[in-house]
Order: sequence, then C-alpha cells, then structure tokens
Amino acid sequence: MSERKIRVVVAKPGLDGHDRGAKVIARALRDAGSEVIYTGLRQTPEQIVDTVIQEDADAVGISILSGAHTFYFTKIIEMLKERDASDVIVFGGGVIPDNDIPGLLDAGAGAVFGPGTPTSACVKWLEEAVANKRAKE
Amino acid sequence: MNKEYTEAKDRFEAGVSKTLQKHKERNEAFKTGGGIPLERLYGPEASKESDYLSEIGFPGEYPFTRGVQPTMYRGRFWTMRQYAGFASAEESNERYRYLLASGTTGLSVAFDLPTQIGYDSDDPMAQGECGKVGVAIDSLKDMEILFDQIPLDKVSTSMTINAPASVLLAMYICVGEKQGVPMKELSGTIQNDILKEYIARGTYIFPPKPSMRLITDIFEFCSQNVPKWNTISISGYHIREAGSTAAQEVAFTLADGIAYVEAARSKGLDPNVFGERLSFFFNAHNDFLEEVAKFRAARRMWAKIMKERFGVTNPKAQMLRFHTQTGGCTLTAQQPENNIVRVTLQALASVLGGTQSLHTNSMDEALALPSEKSVMIALRTQQIIANESGVTNTVDPLAGSYAIESLTDSIEKKAFEYIQQIDEMGGMLVAIEKGYPQKHIQDSAYEYQRAIESKRAVVVGVNQYQIEESNKDMKLLSVDASVGERQINKLAELKKSRDNIAVTNALDNIRSAAASDSQNLMPLIINAVRAYSTEGEICGVLREVYGEYTENIVL
Repeated sequence: MSERKIRVVVAKPGLDGHDRGAKVIARALRDAGSEVIYTGLRQTPEQIVDTVIQEDADAVGISILSGAHTFYFTKIIEMLKERDASDVIVFGGGVIPDNDIPGLLDAGAGAVFGPGTPTSACVKWLEEAVANKRAKE
Repeated sequence: MNKEYTEAKDRFEAGVSKTLQKHKERNEAFKTGGGIPLERLYGPEASKESDYLSEIGFPGEYPFTRGVQPTMYRGRFWTMRQYAGFASAEESNERYRYLLASGTTGLSVAFDLPTQIGYDSDDPMAQGECGKVGVAIDSLKDMEILFDQIPLDKVSTSMTINAPASVLLAMYICVGEKQGVPMKELSGTIQNDILKEYIARGTYIFPPKPSMRLITDIFEFCSQNVPKWNTISISGYHIREAGSTAAQEVAFTLADGIAYVEAARSKGLDPNVFGERLSFFFNAHNDFLEEVAKFRAARRMWAKIMKERFGVTNPKAQMLRFHTQTGGCTLTAQQPENNIVRVTLQALASVLGGTQSLHTNSMDEALALPSEKSVMIALRTQQIIANESGVTNTVDPLAGSYAIESLTDSIEKKAFEYIQQIDEMGGMLVAIEKGYPQKHIQDSAYEYQRAIESKRAVVVGVNQYQIEESNKDMKLLSVDASVGERQINKLAELKKSRDNIAVTNALDNIRSAAASDSQNLMPLIINAVRAYSTEGEICGVLREVYGEYTENIVL
C-alpha cells in the first residue's frame, strides 16, 4: 500500500436527495484513512468532474438512487475522458438492478455496489484499485 | 405495589438468577432498534394506574394515546393509499385506475424529481431524470391527463410535493374546476413540509423564510377555500429513512410541527382553526413493539404540545392524524420475497399504532419502482390485515401491555429531551442551520451500518442466511427513456397554443406579490396555472425573487 493517502470524491449527481448512503460511505472511507471530499446534493456532471480535477482525486464514488444511473455514470466517465482524466477510478452504488450493471462497467466504471454491500467490501476494493493504479504511474 | 406482589416478584427474580447461572441469555443487554434498553420483563410497576386518565385515556379523547376516533377501525378501516407515479401522466393515470379497481381507497401521487424541484422537463437540470421516480408534470395539461376519468369529488388524493406545493395544489384545483368539482369539496393532502427537505429529503428550492411564507399562505388560503384539504403532512418518514432512531423521528417531526404552528401564528392564523388540517406522516420500521409505542407516543405528545404550548382548546386541532409508509430502507435487494414478510410486520405495527392511512411497500423496491404484481401483493397485505387478522375489531388492543406502555413513555421522554434542546437553540430553523438534526440522524445511520457489519444487528439474507442469487430474472419496472423527449415536445406545443400574454401577465403578478408580504400568493398561482403557465415558469419567477437554498453539508 502506498504511503500517500487515497483521495476520493463522493458525489451525488442530479436531483436525487437520498444522501444516507453517500454520507455513510464517505464516513467509512474516512475512518479507513482516505481523504474524502463529499460534494453535497444536486451536482451536475460538470461540477463533479471539476471537483475531481481540482482535488486531484484518485477516485470518484457516485451514489444514485433515482434510476438515472446510466445517464450520469456514462456522462461523468465521458467528461473525465474529455478532460484527460480517464485514469480516475469511477465506482458507485445505489438502487441499481443487476441487469444495468454490465452497461455501467462497459462504460468504464470500475465497480458498482448494490444495496446491502458492506462498506468494508467497498473500502477494500477501492484500496486495491488505487494501489493498482499507482503501480502503473 | 402490594406485599404479596413484591414477595412473588422477589421469588421470581431469585429463580431467574438460578436460570441465568445455567443458561446465559443471548445478549448481555437487550435494546430496541432505536437503542432504548429493554427489561427482561415488564410488570404492573411499569405503569402507575393513577396515570391512566391523564396519560392514556379513551380513544377520541385527549391526549389521544389510544387513537383519534372513539371506534377506530370498527367504524371504517384506514385509507389504503399506495404511493405511485412514473413516466408520463398517461402511464400513471393507467396505474391509478388499476389501483382504484383493485380496491385502494385513496390516491397518492409520486412526482419525478424535476417536478419536485420546480424544473420543466426541458430544463437542462432535468436531463436523465424525467419520469424516473415519479410522474413528470409540467403544466395543467399533464395534470388533466393524470386525473382523466378519476372523479375528484369521490377520491381523496395525497401529493408528495413540497417546495412547489402551491403550484401542484393549484393544478389540482383547476382540474377540479374542469370536472365541475368546486374546491370546497376537494379532499386530499399536500406534503408541503419543507423543513424535513432541508434535514433529510433534499427536494428544497427556496431558502427557509420564503418557504415558510409559501406554506403559511397555503394554510390561510385553504382554511378559507379548501376546508377539507390537509394543508401539510409533517413528515418523519424521510427523517427515519435517512437513518434516525424512532425517538428522533418523533422528536424532529414534532419540532418541525412546532415551527409551522409558530410561523402560522405569527401570520395571525388561529391554531384552533388551521390545526385541524395539520397531518403527519411516519415510517413503520422493523422493531415491532417500539414502532407501536412510537405512534402512540407521537399522538400523546402532539396533543400536549397543542394544548399546553399553544393553548389549543379545539380537540380536532389537538389530534395527531397520520399516514404511515412501511420503511423503504428496511427492504433488501437480497431474497426480495422476504420483504413481503417485513412489510406485513411493519404494516401491522402501524395498524396497532392507530394509523389513518397506509402505504405498504412492494417487495422489489430496493431495486426499482414496483411492478404491477408486487404492488398488488403489497395492497393485499393491507387488505388481509384489515379483513382477516382480527386486530381491527377492538380499539387499540395493545394498550395496557406493560411493555408497550413503558416503551410509549420512554419514547415520549427521549423525544421531549430532543425538543427541549431544539427549543434552547432557538427553534427548529436555527437547529437546522446548525446541522443539529442532520448530525444526529447521520450518527444513527452510521451506527446502524456498523451494527450490521459487526453482526450485532442481523438482517436476514444480507449478513446472515445469504444465498447465491441474482435479480437479473426479476420482472422489474423500467421507465422508458423517451419520456423526457415526449414531455419536451408537449411543452413546445403548449407554448405555441396557449395565450402567452395571459401567461406573462400572470407571472408578473406573482413576481410583484412575491416580493412583498402583503398578498396571499395562492390565488395568483391558480391564475397562472389556469392560463397554462408551466411549473418551471412559476417556480422560475419565485427563484428570481427568493433565490435558492444552498445545502448546509454536515458530515
């Protein structure tokens, strides 16, 4: 594991107000030693990508429970590419049916965690993903 | 307690000690879901008989602990009201007619997020969200379709709408007009509870002060013109969903209620009058006994608050009438059929707690909006409790249970402690600004998550009794992505065909009245709606005048 702390943006895209999951995962990541930047509600993809770049984040976690996941995941991943930040790890969770997950992974998401996932599983996955990413740098 | 009882109790306790030496209990200490310590056994010492009349009393009488009507479900069952709405007005209208044909007794409209936040479907902020979590409504045109062939004089309708509640109520009033139903005959509810949006739900638009003005304008307008309308549904549901305990749910909801009563009083309204039209909305979570106690405690507390704090003498304005929804966050994506059982227990708790209306969640809602089949099972669950279980045939059957009465007292005590702290801070508006309820809710949510991960709390199918599974083969409802486009086309046509001068004038009138406090906004909003101004246009004008709320992020 690298000495440098993981920097992760936890983002709430769109109009969805359900922030319990985002806040719980933000806290779990922080307790596990990451530096967490939580965006708050009602963020446009532009705002989220701006935050990711300004904060020089390793990863962005997207929480969405409004059913608009395909739209927002795709958009954010596209915009990261356009801004030369395609190395940023994108992951997320929320109310997302299994059938929609392959599409999100194909678009470039690293992992999608459904309801009931322990925060420890998400933390562990992110630590490994960031270690792999840094090994390639 | 008499000597005979004390001796018997001592003998029993000695026996228990012996048993414990041989067989330890499952846990060192037992607590409710909300962390209230539970005794091994509650006996007559838990409730002092002298308190019966002042603390429990008779149903339909102060302090209403046993219910708001003297005969409760022996008279009529609660309203079975399933929250529904998705895609466009056409699809949702079809779902409503299906629900009514299946025996629901009231409608409950779910709006999509752009509608809830005052954006038309063609607004850039609405991209990707149209029709997803509810029905997309842009103008009176959509609302006419939504209630097509549904007689508004026969059905009561609840609308989950908050920041733009005046606009949607205005649309409902105009649909009534077109059906020939005068507004004095309309019955239903708007949620209209902005404070819990800042605390827990997130569909706010304007800052607190103008939001409170919009709310109290509605109180005033309806008490004069729409007397059967519940002008607010003060909601603990979302506070609980965000992670609060049962006692926090009651405390923060009633503290919000206090803030609304104070705002209306300072506008010169009489709580004996508008108090009759305040309604509440609670969650029914997993811990059965605690939930039953919670509903009873909330009723007693509100009666005391209205009587003692606000001097309300009208019993109808002292009563806490409430809607319940079973706890969405308790639904699991794993082994979703198990949710039917969870929902049954939660629904039963709300009935034993004396609810006035009920939404039962569908088993597939941890994954998507509910399918028609799962909605049917959810509704049948209520019908089985009502018609088959027998619990509806005597009033408040759990009253006098030592455990229930003791828990009712505990919830009341804890909740009043929170309310006192909020009072000391200067009321709920200040507390929200300081992040007080938000912080408590989040701490409880995090603690709950940790309890699950450490298996101190068991969730069947999630952290115990798991199986290999996938929900890929489930028939889930998915909303057609073309809804947004269809709405955008409808809007373009509307803007060509309506009288745009009338629209501009109506919007100008709202703008100038919003800037001063001298006039009730409701009649002006009704005029604008009648001229087919869109929701986004009306909220846009109010945004210009009032600005927008920015979230106070608490982590």
